[in-house]
Amino acid sequence: MNLPLSSHQGSGRGPTRRTFLKGGLAMAGLGLGGTALAGCSSDSVASGLTVSRKETNSVDFWNLFGGGDGVRMQEMLDAYRKTHPSVGLSAVTLAWGNPYYTKLSLATLGDKPPDVAVAHLTRAKTLIAADLLEELTPDALATVGITPDKLSKRAWDAGLVDGKAYTVPLDTHPIVTFYNTDICEKAGLLDSGGKLKPLTSEAAFMDAMAKAKAVTKTYGGVSPINNETSTPWRIFQSLYSQLGGEVLSDGGTKVVIDEDRAIKVLTFLDGLRTKQLFPSSVDYEGSIAMFANGQSAFLFQGEWEISTFQTAKTPFSMAPFPNLYGGANYACQADSHTLCIPKQPARDDKAFENSLGFIRSLLDQSDTWAAGGHVPSWLPYAKSPAFKKLSPQSDYAVAADGAVYDPDGWYSGSGSDFEIITGSAIGSVQAGQQTPEAALAQMRTKLQTLADTASPI
Amino acid sequence: MSTQTATRGTHRPRVATGSSQKFNDHSRPAMAFLAPFVGLYVLFIIGPAIYGLVMSFFDTSLVKPGLSTFAGLGNYAEALQSADFWSSLWHTIWFTILTTPPLIVLGFVLALLADRVGRGRWFFRLAFFAPFILPSAVMALIWIWIYTPGLGLLENALKSIGLGAPNWLGDPAWAMPSLAISTVWWTLGFNFILYLAGLQDIPTELYEAAAIDGAGPWQQIRSITIPLLARTTTLVAVLQVIASLKVFDQMYIMTAGGPNFSTRSVLQYIYDEGFTNFRVGYASALSMLFFVVVLAVSAAWFAIVRSQESEV
Repeated sequence: MNLPLSSHQGSGRGPTRRTFLKGGLAMAGLGLGGTALAGCSSDSVASGLTVSRKETNSVDFWNLFGGGDGVRMQEMLDAYRKTHPSVGLSAVTLAWGNPYYTKLSLATLGDKPPDVAVAHLTRAKTLIAADLLEELTPDALATVGITPDKLSKRAWDAGLVDGKAYTVPLDTHPIVTFYNTDICEKAGLLDSGGKLKPLTSEAAFMDAMAKAKAVTKTYGGVSPINNETSTPWRIFQSLYSQLGGEVLSDGGTKVVIDEDRAIKVLTFLDGLRTKQLFPSSVDYEGSIAMFANGQSAFLFQGEWEISTFQTAKTPFSMAPFPNLYGGANYACQADSHTLCIPKQPARDDKAFENSLGFIRSLLDQSDTWAAGGHVPSWLPYAKSPAFKKLSPQSDYAVAADGAVYDPDGWYSGSGSDFEIITGSAIGSVQAGQQTPEAALAQMRTKLQTLADTASPI
Repeated sequence: MSTQTATRGTHRPRVATGSSQKFNDHSRPAMAFLAPFVGLYVLFIIGPAIYGLVMSFFDTSLVKPGLSTFAGLGNYAEALQSADFWSSLWHTIWFTILTTPPLIVLGFVLALLADRVGRGRWFFRLAFFAPFILPSAVMALIWIWIYTPGLGLLENALKSIGLGAPNWLGDPAWAMPSLAISTVWWTLGFNFILYLAGLQDIPTELYEAAAIDGAGPWQQIRSITIPLLARTTTLVAVLQVIASLKVFDQMYIMTAGGPNFSTRSVLQYIYDEGFTNFRVGYASALSMLFFVVVLAVSAAWFAIVRSQESEV
């Protein structure tokens, strides 16, 4: 019998593996060709193949808002899409911190930047020094009605470099006091209006925490320590700045920590642990849980957690971070979210116009943004009666005027090595693992190493 | 197998002399199939590695284009003098010491036990291997919750039997052991499977013969099982050591290198310098130094394996 050599299974048995694969490949090819032909005329395929924004009239927006404020941002973006249906908005949310800034800087260097990006004010300084942001001239901003007198003075001035603006502040987000209204009422810490009585000295603060602890039977207040370096830094910086202390100077090349003031603050924080008013071991999620279920009457954290507790239906309100030392010079650590336009590979007036229009649209929706807890920088809204009625946001809005930003330096800013070094040392004091003196020495040494290192910018 | 030797025999006249016969008909299609992989490998692994080596001699930055200023051996000098680099290297080695022996010994013991189970062996195989398929982020989140002070499972379990619990991830003395415990739970399954496969290769006649000669169960394990698993043990040990040296995920997610830098591994230090501080040139120098360390460890193991093979 003459069997065909090309087939293992014999003739007439139906398709072999090879013919099946060939047929499948052919069909897939036809299918692809068909969709390509059908979609050739549509904008999406064209833009996908050529990455050309000119033809598609779109705005690319990058931000790092996950969590509660991320939800608000999505609302604002949807509203923009409704009011500007002709502009194709493409928004990308990236992870907070390093993953965001490395991508933003590399994208700009690689000539594929987004049209508009969010940047922390302190980190934008690095981007500006590296010449990665477009300058926003007063004329350009005026075309969409943004003028310095309509923006929070402190946030606006802090963002200027050599008198030039490269960013538009959207908000200021300071560290604030969350307090459980039920527990504080039982502890006698509220005034007649149901608001927290201001705590203006170390003794008053300790006393209030002790009274709160008597009610909760666990702790008076809490702030995260484990696996967290930003919050210990923010608390330290607020108190240290109220004493008038500075950490870095000369653009980050000098470490100027005042020994006495720093030790005073660290000793105070250590005392909260030894008197068992604050837990010495708690992580970020744990601190949220402790406040939400009433194990702690106070939480010291950024205002962005407001949505968490509103959802959990905790009876709470908010107040500025306590002014223990400042007197008339109130200070609290804060940063601002700003909007910026990364340097584009080619000057495109229409795209620039769209980007500015988008920035103005976000500012116009400051009411939605403020609902997420941040203090709006857009004064037409911030000074309006509508915002004054928004509670508890309006209770701590004054904190934005005393905002102290992280010191200038290539290694400084939100989520930077500076915060990691300082936060680790301060956290070790809060956890009882180091004495204030040892922690301060460690901070000084590590910061000095960075101060002595040449800037990579 | 036997059919193959028969066909080889019938084609013998073709296999003449000289190395030119290597490039017979099978070589070209083989090269064609390998070409895509080789291309991607060169593009994405060899190429960047060479570029990294070049970068390590410059002060390359993540916010500036190009290679930037020439630094010569400056980055290497800085790395070797950096206390942070040496302490992170020590943390990595400490992590390797904490994880490798348990992963080898426990993997072997559990495989031995699972091998002897009569019915339901599939359940034990599933139970011990299941953690291995979890992505590192999922594993880290699970263990962060288990280790949470005050609310965590482990602390409450120990309290319920009257023991105190240390501050797992918050105490510098306990942070690395805690990470080691969660890593052992996570990656044990892989060694377990390798040992199980190795155990099943040992012919039962050997055990029967030993039993006839009067060897007890412990003697059998010592004299038959362990020697015949020497290859598997070497493989497991090499893979384990190299994987432990490259640890990053657990530290990054669970402790962020803390508390107070006590769990920062070399890779995390490289990440901090390269991405947080934008100093990619310096980070490349650190990577090259670490590469030398891993190479040295691998060379040492190769020497051991060679001596083992010559014995056998």
